Amino acid sequence: MTKNPAIELRKISKSFGPVQANKDITIRVMPGTIHGIIGENGAGKSTLMSILYGFYKADAGEIFVDGKKISIPDSQAAIAAGIGMVFQHFKLVENFSVLENIVLGAESGALLSPSLGKARAELAALAAEYELNVDPDAIIEDIGVGMQQRVEILKALYRQANILILDEPTGVLTPAEADQLFRILKRLREEGKTIILITHKLREIMDITDTVSVMRQGEMTATLRTVDTTPEDLAELMVGRKVLLRVDKAPAKPTKPVLEIQNLNMVDDFDVQRLKNINLTVKAGEILGIAGVAGNGQSELLQVLGGYSAATGIIKLNGSEIDLSTSVSGDGQARRALGMAHVPEDRQREGLIMDFMAWENAVFGYHREKSNQANRFFMDNNAIRRETEEKMKRFDVRPPNPRLTAKNFSGGNQQKIVLAREIERNPDLLLVGQPTRGVDIGAIEFIHQQIVALRDQGKAILLISVELDEILSLSDRVLVMFDGEIMGERNPANTNEKELGLLMAGVSEKAAQ
Amino acid sequence: MDIMPRWVDIIIVPLLSLFLAAFLSALLIIAIGESPIAALNLMIEGTLLRSAGWGYMLYYTTNFIFTGLAVSVAFHAALFNIGGEGQAMIGGLGVALVCLFIPWPHWTLAIVGASIGAALFGMIWAGLPAYLQAKRGSHIVITTIMFNFIAAGVLNFFLVDVLKPKGSMDPASANFPSTTHLPTFQDLASLFGFEKAFRSAPANVSFFIALLACIAVWYLIWRSPLGYEIRALGKSGPAARYAGVRPVKIIMIAMMISGALCGMMAINTTQGESERLILNFTEGAGFIGIAVALMGRSHPLGVLLAALLFGFLYQGGAELALWTKIPRELIVVIQALVILFTGALSLMVRAPLERFFMSVQKAKE
Amino acid sequence: MNIVTKMLSAGVGLTMSASIALAEPAIIFDLGGKFDKSFNESAFTGAQRWADETGGSFREIELQNEAQREQALRRFAEAGANPIVMAGFAFADSLGKVAPDYPDTKFAVIDVNWLSLPNVRGIGFNEHEGSYLVGMLAAQASKTGTVGFVGGMDIPLIRRFGCGYAQGVMAVNPNATVIANMTGTTPAAWNDPVKGSELTKAQISQGADVVYAAAGGTGVGVLQTAADEGILSIGVDANQNYLHPGKVLTSMLKRVDNAVYEAFSAGENLETGNFQMGIANGGVGYALDEHNASLVSDAMKSAVDAASASIANGSMKVHNYTDDESCPAISF
Repeated sequence: MTKNPAIELRKISKSFGPVQANKDITIRVMPGTIHGIIGENGAGKSTLMSILYGFYKADAGEIFVDGKKISIPDSQAAIAAGIGMVFQHFKLVENFSVLENIVLGAESGALLSPSLGKARAELAALAAEYELNVDPDAIIEDIGVGMQQRVEILKALYRQANILILDEPTGVLTPAEADQLFRILKRLREEGKTIILITHKLREIMDITDTVSVMRQGEMTATLRTVDTTPEDLAELMVGRKVLLRVDKAPAKPTKPVLEIQNLNMVDDFDVQRLKNINLTVKAGEILGIAGVAGNGQSELLQVLGGYSAATGIIKLNGSEIDLSTSVSGDGQARRALGMAHVPEDRQREGLIMDFMAWENAVFGYHREKSNQANRFFMDNNAIRRETEEKMKRFDVRPPNPRLTAKNFSGGNQQKIVLAREIERNPDLLLVGQPTRGVDIGAIEFIHQQIVALRDQGKAILLISVELDEILSLSDRVLVMFDGEIMGERNPANTNEKELGLLMAGVSEKAAQ
Repeated sequence: MDIMPRWVDIIIVPLLSLFLAAFLSALLIIAIGESPIAALNLMIEGTLLRSAGWGYMLYYTTNFIFTGLAVSVAFHAALFNIGGEGQAMIGGLGVALVCLFIPWPHWTLAIVGASIGAALFGMIWAGLPAYLQAKRGSHIVITTIMFNFIAAGVLNFFLVDVLKPKGSMDPASANFPSTTHLPTFQDLASLFGFEKAFRSAPANVSFFIALLACIAVWYLIWRSPLGYEIRALGKSGPAARYAGVRPVKIIMIAMMISGALCGMMAINTTQGESERLILNFTEGAGFIGIAVALMGRSHPLGVLLAALLFGFLYQGGAELALWTKIPRELIVVIQALVILFTGALSLMVRAPLERFFMSVQKAKE
Repeated sequence: MNIVTKMLSAGVGLTMSASIALAEPAIIFDLGGKFDKSFNESAFTGAQRWADETGGSFREIELQNEAQREQALRRFAEAGANPIVMAGFAFADSLGKVAPDYPDTKFAVIDVNWLSLPNVRGIGFNEHEGSYLVGMLAAQASKTGTVGFVGGMDIPLIRRFGCGYAQGVMAVNPNATVIANMTGTTPAAWNDPVKGSELTKAQISQGADVVYAAAGGTGVGVLQTAADEGILSIGVDANQNYLHPGKVLTSMLKRVDNAVYEAFSAGENLETGNFQMGIANGGVGYALDEHNASLVSDAMKSAVDAASASIANGSMKVHNYTDDESCPAISF
């Protein structure tokens, strides 16, 4: 007897305005399998899953669950059809308990306590069945990210989900937590659940999926059995051309120290200590990588260095100390004048003004520099536009139109605009946060080359990334941050993901040895 | 890519909004038994076909340019200044003090002094809520509207207890000395031999200051590094901080410029028209400024055009009140409809237009 | 008539025209609007009475803003309206500018008595005198010895009401307490019945059992609350006794309606110069009718009438607040 696919999409299309986000997408996922969907940012993966979960209505196409054609006008209908979703950004109420979050929206009857009692029993059963242990009475904001993700999965299972969709589930996890998640997923598969895993990480696809679909620019370019493919093949399918996955670089030739940080401490507005006694040095001609799971103080370190968060301690640039007291009110322009350039972690929130045109963004932070002024009072907009156009051409920004607003560029091209702005000033020190987050593989290659080239010109580079692969392939030295502290330093040539993963999880030097 | 061509956004959307407002107004006028066509005729005849009508229209327009520009500048920093009314009141106080207590030899000097006084007082009045927003995070919408009430109290105190001449019933200051009186359009026209033109209309030379302010604001916002920082902060606070733009400083400066512009409205009403400080000379122009800024898309040229439209509506409204039985309240309703459609509801017009242009684009493909 | 025929007929027969039949009178209402149940409405009543009795018609406008004062005056004058009547002291300045330009047009202005122009009739009212009388009534009707005053916008004119009232109260009971509150400092205070109601409640809680409202439309809230809370109130300008029969002690009458009626009746032959309307010439007084007959005893009435007579013959003088901006009986 032939089994029906657990879920089947036929010719799904969806467009937003002139943008075709999904075009004739067809997928069949058999029950009891893990199916990966891989593609670059903006390839249409999230749109497709949103259609499946009832957030968007497809312009055309059909959805079959268990062989039956259904329509999914809203998320309630998706839940009724046995579809559960774990979002990239968890949808949990922070100050509710685990149990309350699980029941939320699935309460039966007017009174809460019977539902909670029933849920408690069911939760215990689920936990036993899938080895998903969580404390039902813990408050969400008190438990770790990995635990929160389990709550999301339990939420879906509590609603009788047979098909579980996970959107970039490992983005916030340590390697160890990710491994644990994968064990849970495999367990779920054994119990007959169907899992759709959306990711942009090739390694995850290779590790855990049975079948994989590749999306590119809203289209499904291929569906393959995972065993029949290789990361290189998948990358080529994603980008549409051959891609170099490794960075070629010569050994570093570090010289004098450019950035010296001593005893840096920072307490945020909520009285939480975000940085604890940071000490580090970046020398000219080297790339110092800082690895760590997101939210362990890396962002705060960049903010303090960039001059827009207060901190105590000593920061020296080229040997002279920087006045940290002024950074409360924003000191970015003064830092830039000292030779510090900064590619921020979140280019859409910080690095660019999405409603500004490319040329306006191209002088952002440097707009008061003499070279951008026509006279004492006004900016030289014409000159800026001219220079921007040249810069855009040099950095291969497409299209090289300085009058286009930033939001109209793809992620990779946006990042190139930021990079062009920061690198072309010929800084002594470059701070780089998440240089390739949300950037297409083709552009990653280019960006990595630019960073290495800058190092080879004798500049100091501080690289912060949550992508361990990126840290390992670019850095000359690696520091690991956990809970605002530096856990240790490693040489990327003789360390491995497992060792770094332990440090990232806060297992101290001694315990690790 | 943007879906609609720019000209549609800038020209067609406001025109359509205006048309919708006019259509609804016409229905209202019919409903109370008057003729909308005759009403429109009356408005045009009383406003555009008489020089005195122009004189009144441009008088109102001058106010709306100042307040519209003020709201626009604050808008660019993502600050919603609804305290224009209060800032203008205090600006008026500045004008009055300058005109009453400094012996000016000639109006050309007086207008400079009065402008500085008005701007300074309005600036201070906007600076207080700006400080509370920048340093304490008190929401500017709440504080500025509160400051409107405080300003009314301050103005009332000064008029009743300080500036009112003994024995006068009116809560108003003494008349300003004649050397501070601004030439009206009538005076200017008679210089060229047209004694009858703009007869007794209140429009005066401060209209030209308003035009200068348009140009100055344009340069400020789109040419100066300060304007660049104001716009950057307005579009994205985190990005501005990243770039070393100091939010506290920019919030203060943007609001103070805004307050100065609101205050300068008083040189038109107080020095130019009433030639003494009176209560409620602002007449809601601070609020109309919001509609003007919205309709003018916070661009000085747009503000100028929108201010002309509202000037027309005000003067046309006066004509309706004079010669028809259309009640005053309905005239306010008509003016409000225009505000509603051009400001708040412009999305209502934009969405179908966007769909239309999308289908056109699709058809081309 | 359905909307379509209405539109057609309206479109064809242009009913509106900027020209006026010769010598039609005109009236300009102040920013408060003509239906304020008080001052402006009183003026409107007078105009309407003239129209009803003579079958004539008149032009009118309710101002929307300050700049329109002069504009309305000029446009009416240019269109040939005569006389042009204005309700409110705020017209003084504009009229001073406009009147000389139209020597053939007669103007009448209420609450302004200091312009001396050949074609202007200024009509002032001795509100302090009328307020004195109702103050006497209030003090006599009060059991607690505490009475209230709710003013509209805090301007000298209203203080004049309050000062006369307090003098009347003190004349009857020198130990009485007068609580005076103003509704606000902006013109909005003329039309804020909710605030009026709150002030009344506050005064009641301080012991007031008679409240005098001199606050335009705000007074509606004062009278309503007083009636609801079982205390007495005093109306103003027009006779407001009928609003809450048996609960309104009296009303201070300011015969604006008569002033307008007379001006309209006189037409182009309007006598110019300044006129002061007091108790002596029937310009102010207190209202006694079937609605408050049970509240005003004969003793009260005779006491007040005696005071009224001595004010009328000049043997007694009520202090006018606006003479020297101070009041012997109360401080504001």
